[in-house]
Amino acid sequence: MTGTGTTGTGAGTTGTGTTGTGTGTGTGTAERTVDVLVVGAGPAGLAAAARLAARGAGTVEVLEREPERDLAGVRRRADAAVRAGAVLRAGATATGWSGPLTLDTTSPSGRARVTARAVVLATGARERPRAARLVPGTRPAGVLTGGQVRRALDRGQPVGTRAVVVGAEPDAVRAVRTLRGAGVRVVAVVTREPWRRPGAVTGRLPVLRGTAVAEVLGRGRLSGVRVRHRDGRGTTLACDTLVLTGDWVPEHELARSGGVALAGGTRGPAVDGASRTSVPGVFAVGGLVHPGGPAGGAAAEGRAVAGPVLAFLSGAEPWPGAVVPVEGGAPLRGWRRIAGRWRGPWW
Amino acid sequence: MTRAAAVTGAAAVTRAAAVTGAAPPGAPYDVVVVGAGVVGSAIARELARFPLRTALVDAADDVGEGTSKANTAILHTGFDAVPGSLEARLVREGHRLLTGYAAHTGIPVEPLGALLVAWDEDQLAALPGLARKALANGYGAARLIGPEELRAREPHLGPGALGALHVPDESVICPWTTVLAYATQAVRAGVDLLLGHRVLDVRPGHELVTTRGVLRTRFLVNAAGLHADELDRRLGHRDFTVRPRRGELIVFDACARGLVRHILLPVPTARGKGVLVSPTVHGKVLLGPTAEDVDDKAATGSTAEGLAFLRERGRRILPALLDEEVTAVYAGLRAATEEDDYRIACHPGQRYVTVGGIRSTGLTASLAIAAHVVGLLTRAGLEPGPARELPAVRMPNVGEAFPRPYADAEAIAADPAYGEIVCHCERVTRGEIRDALASPVPPATPAGLRRRTRAGAGRCQGTFCGAAVRELFEGAR
Ligand SMILES: Cc1cc2nc3c(=O)[nH]c(=O)nc-3n(C[C@H](O)[C@H](O)[C@H](O)COP(=O)(O)OP(=O)(O)OC[C@H]3O[C@@H](n4cnc5c(N)ncnc54)[C@H](O)[C@@H]3O)c2cc1C
Repeated sequence: MTGTGTTGTGAGTTGTGTTGTGTGTGTGTAERTVDVLVVGAGPAGLAAAARLAARGAGTVEVLEREPERDLAGVRRRADAAVRAGAVLRAGATATGWSGPLTLDTTSPSGRARVTARAVVLATGARERPRAARLVPGTRPAGVLTGGQVRRALDRGQPVGTRAVVVGAEPDAVRAVRTLRGAGVRVVAVVTREPWRRPGAVTGRLPVLRGTAVAEVLGRGRLSGVRVRHRDGRGTTLACDTLVLTGDWVPEHELARSGGVALAGGTRGPAVDGASRTSVPGVFAVGGLVHPGGPAGGAAAEGRAVAGPVLAFLSGAEPWPGAVVPVEGGAPLRGWRRIAGRWRGPWW
Repeated sequence: MTRAAAVTGAAAVTRAAAVTGAAPPGAPYDVVVVGAGVVGSAIARELARFPLRTALVDAADDVGEGTSKANTAILHTGFDAVPGSLEARLVREGHRLLTGYAAHTGIPVEPLGALLVAWDEDQLAALPGLARKALANGYGAARLIGPEELRAREPHLGPGALGALHVPDESVICPWTTVLAYATQAVRAGVDLLLGHRVLDVRPGHELVTTRGVLRTRFLVNAAGLHADELDRRLGHRDFTVRPRRGELIVFDACARGLVRHILLPVPTARGKGVLVSPTVHGKVLLGPTAEDVDDKAATGSTAEGLAFLRERGRRILPALLDEEVTAVYAGLRAATEEDDYRIACHPGQRYVTVGGIRSTGLTASLAIAAHVVGLLTRAGLEPGPARELPAVRMPNVGEAFPRPYADAEAIAADPAYGEIVCHCERVTRGEIRDALASPVPPATPAGLRRRTRAGAGRCQGTFCGAAVRELFEGAR
């Protein structure tokens, strides 16, 4: 069966069967119910699913929009979650909400409507791409994010020959290593931040501190970038590849469309110390909440959410919350904020 | 006397023998249209209704690679055109024609209506005049609204809006699907689409020297957009000079779509035109354009100054917009000329029609321009023959207001490729990408694929799907 999970046995089934398998709504949409639906099979989501399944949360299902083949980077964690009893559905996207804890999904096996007793959002984060950084200039090919470079190399696609890397430690360092490993010459690192560990990248690699890309040059293919130092000095670096790293943004679309209130700074979901969002039954963990954090931290957060989810499922603890006025630009459903216990980033 | 004018005896030109079947190689076309932008493609489609041998020629490797891919995507009513001008008439007719055509072919259109928002007393005072101008242009539905109704209609508007002119029939449209629909229909009806053919010179007898050989034609249409003046000069005319006017735009993520309901147009005053905020049919929000005269006809880059200016204006109009992520920044060049109207001219002695100066309304007017141009060709001696029905085309929907494959249970059940989402931000499926790659006017680059399907046009800008899309693109070559 294409695109579904390691243990998924067919459209509309959870594979473990403690809850019912619904039939269609008449339009070909399958319906099913689970105890916990985890959205996102990154380190956070998989750790949450593994712990929840192991601790007897009932049917635990993980939706992952990327296909099975792209899960290589989390294989070990995915296997652990499945071994613990969770169902992993790869190639299945949660496209929106049709009820407070009901998500619509799309996969090659069809449309489905999944109702859960609790939802854990673990949709991760992305590096801010060029347009969102408002880097002026032309629009040639060869301007990528760090994640895009990794995905291209994973598929055996060449990324270029001379690269300029933008960003701070540790993301920029990682990109430099990746590029060099693929035989790409790194011309320079451009960073606004101080560079704490000059020896972190070996070789004679110029690190231009206090500097930003002022203009992208070239038609068709990138031919270079104009960079400018804080003090106004500038130069042009010839390159065919520009790699933008760091500057992480939460993948919060699903959270927002479900009416989850966002935290002011990161614009990830606002959560309390138990990873509870403003919407009862909806939890948020990992890069979605702390964009740019290390995978180990995200996984720890995923494991830690199991307790609060189990407590919620048992009905032991009421959902905290007080209604505050809707902020500008809020999605349609009311925004609520959790009173007290705001948690800052963990570094 | 000019070189080209030496081509005399335009009267009673008979059609090529090729009208009904295969023409010998090198046989002249009846009509060659230079420029496969929205205007040239519309003209080729109109010509395709007749039993003629027609070629649509472009230097680029895709249709719509010029100004037609980088505009504000508004289907104008023409309410604010210069009354009595050719542009006013063609925009008005074009709005009607394209609205109908879009409904038939599946080009996404959303009739959102426009609000010309007055932010100061000057602008407020200008609104009644604009309403009168609309009437003079045959548009009677515009009406003034006060600050309360304005705020009720647009709750996220910045403070200080004094009132507005409501123009209910202004719409947003997909500019890319429009060009593709025209070109697809033209190709299906037998028009030769010759991409990668830059016209370098026109020799007497309408021999077009291109980068890929010589083409001969009986009639010539110049729809070369920014380069229409250069081609015109090759035929001996110095009627106009194109002075590109750059417009930079910022596209905001779909998360911003809930902030705005109408097309928020600026009130044109003596001090300039201002910028607009508009939803797009793809579910995003557009801010722009700037207006800056440039010398270089290839200067489609964005500038730090332009982007700063747009953000400052946007913050006033819709403050919350600036908190949202940007998904694209681009710039288009308007083919402005010395005059405040289109520069469409017929040269019967040369069997030649120039379609110049189609500045900032060409998308809207395209079908009306096409009908007008075919009329001019007839006057220049073209005998088009009996019109016939064009083959019907139905374009894949890329609009948010209409059902898309990823959400269509029946489509996925019939073909699981429509359930395989490749581009997550825009929810583009492998089925749609496959269809675009196999379409009659296929993309030449991943960017062309993006215009056809939206793959890679979302907030991640290809971070997640870029490699997968490239694999599909390259697999199809
Ligand atoms: C910022 C901006 C906003 C706009 N907003 C709107 C709007 O909201 N609504 C609206 O209706 N209109 C709008 N417009 C106007 C609209 O985009 C144009 O009027 C329209 O695209 C012009 O189409 P065209 O076919 O004439 O030109 P183009 O699209 O530029 O096509 C000309 C083609 O000719 C080809 N060509 C040129 N020279 C040669 C040669 N020698 N040989 C072969 N091929 C050649 C080029 O490659 C190009 O493809 C806007 C324009 C801009 C710049």
